[in-house]
Amino acid sequence: MKSFTVLQGVAAPMDRANVDTDMIIPKQFLKSIKRTGFGKNLFDELRYLDEGKPDQSCEGRPINPDFPLNFPRYKGATVLLSRENFGCGSSREHAPWALDDYGFRSVIAPSFADIFYNNCFKNGLLPIVLSDEIVDSLFNEMYAAEGYQLTIELSAQVVKTPGGESFAFDVDEFRKHCLLNGLDDIGLTLEHADAIRAYEAKKRVEAPWLFDVVK
Amino acid sequence: MAAKTLYDKLWDAHLVQQRDDGSALIYIDRHIVHEVTSPQAFDGLRLAGRKPWRVDSILATPDHNVPTTQKERAHGVAGIEDPVSLIQVQTLDDNCDEFGIVEFKINDHRQGIVHVVGPETGACLPGMTVVCGDSHTATNGALGALAHGIGTSEVEHVMATQCLVAKKMKNMLIKVDGKLGLGVTPKDVVLAIIAKIGTAGGTGYAMEFGGQVFRDMSMEGRMTVCNMAIEAGARAGMVAVDQTTIDYVNGRTYAPKGDLWDRAVADWRNYVSDDGAHFDAVVELNGAEIKPQVSWGTSPEMVVSVEDKVPDPAQETDPVKREGMLRALQYMGLQANQPITSIHVDRVFIGSCTNSRIEDIRAAAEVVKGRTKASSVKEAIVVPGSGAVKAQAEAEGLDKIFIAAGLEWREPGCSMCLAMNADKLDNGEHCASTSNRNFEGRQGYGGRTHLVSPAMAAAAAIAGHFVDVRTFN
Repeated sequence: MKSFTVLQGVAAPMDRANVDTDMIIPKQFLKSIKRTGFGKNLFDELRYLDEGKPDQSCEGRPINPDFPLNFPRYKGATVLLSRENFGCGSSREHAPWALDDYGFRSVIAPSFADIFYNNCFKNGLLPIVLSDEIVDSLFNEMYAAEGYQLTIELSAQVVKTPGGESFAFDVDEFRKHCLLNGLDDIGLTLEHADAIRAYEAKKRVEAPWLFDVVK
Repeated sequence: MAAKTLYDKLWDAHLVQQRDDGSALIYIDRHIVHEVTSPQAFDGLRLAGRKPWRVDSILATPDHNVPTTQKERAHGVAGIEDPVSLIQVQTLDDNCDEFGIVEFKINDHRQGIVHVVGPETGACLPGMTVVCGDSHTATNGALGALAHGIGTSEVEHVMATQCLVAKKMKNMLIKVDGKLGLGVTPKDVVLAIIAKIGTAGGTGYAMEFGGQVFRDMSMEGRMTVCNMAIEAGARAGMVAVDQTTIDYVNGRTYAPKGDLWDRAVADWRNYVSDDGAHFDAVVELNGAEIKPQVSWGTSPEMVVSVEDKVPDPAQETDPVKREGMLRALQYMGLQANQPITSIHVDRVFIGSCTNSRIEDIRAAAEVVKGRTKASSVKEAIVVPGSGAVKAQAEAEGLDKIFIAAGLEWREPGCSMCLAMNADKLDNGEHCASTSNRNFEGRQGYGGRTHLVSPAMAAAAAIAGHFVDVRTFN
């Protein structure tokens, strides 16, 4: 996994509440058996005026001129600003894959759905919870200033605005450690293989009906 | 000893290692796998030279992509007309064969929707931890299990380590007492809960459904309710073990037998919340007040009773919510204050992991029996949740009732719930759907979903618009 330390980048808006993962990446693109290539279909139904098909080039598709991510001012954005309950719905990890593949490294919102929030950390994407008021002020500043950039420092757990304001955010220690160092969860867990085996051995005695049945 | 909730007990029983920062390693008993969220996980295993930790913990079946017409199903995987879907289903077969995982393949009579197959085969049992790369895994919580959806990276993690890195959630009790009125179903109960607490109301919580309504409810009804915990924001929903649970599990293929059965039952009976256990949040509803529900918007919380009118955004004071309502009305092609019963439907879908079990199929059949689908309804499909449900329904002659009424009887799969196969809405069409999500485009590009119970969907198929099934004669 790629690491996340400091990010300075253009912020772009997804100015609505309850952005669901169907919206982030519609179902037809879930047929891919790869982890990459979802960026061109991020927010497909909002970004384009036609219906997207899997394995289709997006060159030449009609662009929705009213969708903010299509505005030149948000080109190259790496921080996405949104409203409450971002990432609700389906557990599809294709949602963070699509955001990442498009170029986003962080999403800032007043709240996130649990599964999406968790999936972000597995992919070097940092979800940041800030209060409604702060998110609101970030939206206003972003709309007012073209090229508006935010700086995110994970080690200090702060989001900094161009005006010099600094907002602290929470993140679990373990997730932060993995993200800062780009660590693979599986390798870390397997360091505790003995503890897993010991648990398993005990369970095999206590609850043998849990083992060797589906085979 | 301190009183514990059902969730506390499930968590404690599966704790392998607690870390200082609150995160923990949790042991996973059952891992259910389908074709959409697993290929990248299998690839990850191969790349790292890893193998599944415990192959016997995994059960796989394709469901999201599989076609539901007999014509396409006749030739198995090779018969799937969509080449991209074909590759995905074939990839699951290849991966399961390579790693020695039990899979109910496309034309196996046990194939079906993961969350229908898990409980009905006894692969998912009370007291277990169950995960699957699908947010509706909470369905299995009806058994008194800790079950929730995970992402693909976690699918790979569970395969490689038999554990999940997790942080303990908070406890929420949804208490519904009283007695449900005639024609009011588990689907209406869960939609009413979502309407009350919102789609983020349960975020961060494990949700236990308690109270008389759930004690009186069948196992399949409890599955419908737990299935939609995620639509209320909660990863996991669950119901305490009681005699209904034990009776449901008894005799299922993978359930313990003989002496082991007695030992298992003694263990399972502990999986209830103790008297006086602490819940961080309690929400109460009166079951007697719940009416048949119909969603009008593009989020499962945008739901009202069939007696109501489409809400008016002008009455909403929160600007973000008002904006969402306006956008939803525009997308749905509806007017504020229009009666729900004035909404005409173009298609009807009876199926999905929420409502495709035998009791759902029976409820729909009872409504359409001896009647005919409205000619204005282009298509009404009934998609059983599994091969076992299909066989049972056919043994009861339910398929013939649907066909005689002008509905279609299909092969098992997820179908039009998420329209990854050929079953989908056309742009602008309204659908009475027994599925779980009414997001924009969910059932097809530009499609307009109305979430309802099987009986309400069946009644809409006959009437051509929403009607109150309680007075529909």
